[in-house]
Amino acid sequence: MQINLDHFEVSILFALFASIVLGLVTKRTDRERLRYGVYCFGCFLAALFGIGWFMHLLHG
Amino acid sequence: MSAIPASAGPSVPARSPLFTIILAWLIPGAGHFLLGRRARGAILCATVIAAFATGLLMRGPMFQLSASGDILSRLIQYGGFVGDLATGVLYFISVWLGYAPPDQAGHTPEYGSKFIVAAGLLNILSIVDAYEIATHQKD
Repeated sequence: MQINLDHFEVSILFALFASIVLGLVTKRTDRERLRYGVYCFGCFLAALFGIGWFMHLLHG
Repeated sequence: MSAIPASAGPSVPARSPLFTIILAWLIPGAGHFLLGRRARGAILCATVIAAFATGLLMRGPMFQLSASGDILSRLIQYGGFVGDLATGVLYFISVWLGYAPPDQAGHTPEYGSKFIVAAGLLNILSIVDAYEIATHQKD
């Protein structure tokens, strides 16, 4: 069995896993952890779309 | 002052930091379980296992220690091997069960290999967190 994911799906999955762990290990309260996890996930997405559009425009 | 003192959190059972580190490395999330942080331990365990399993399902090859190649190649191989090894028992079980996909071209196995390393790096974050709890540096 093998799954085939494209670059976007892999990036989203990685962002999700990393955001969960970063949220859990860096903050003190559950509310802060949740907010930081969501913040990290948003940053990953912003970087993903930002760099993606940058490369798209760079190459015309 | 809105800062919460470290002693205000749930009490930490007296555990050897070294034992906590070894347990947290071998079984992702187990260090937190040992210290009474069961919910966090369960989420960390599930996340590391999910990342590792995703890498396996994409048939990502493990990094091997190799003395051949230039210094950059060896640095990448050694770093990747450390990342693989950081997944603890997940790595040992995979090797024991004979997981050794061929090093084939294509983006999917490449992503899979990186996901396995990422699982190890996430587990290292988890180990550090467990160590800081065991040594009362955080609640």
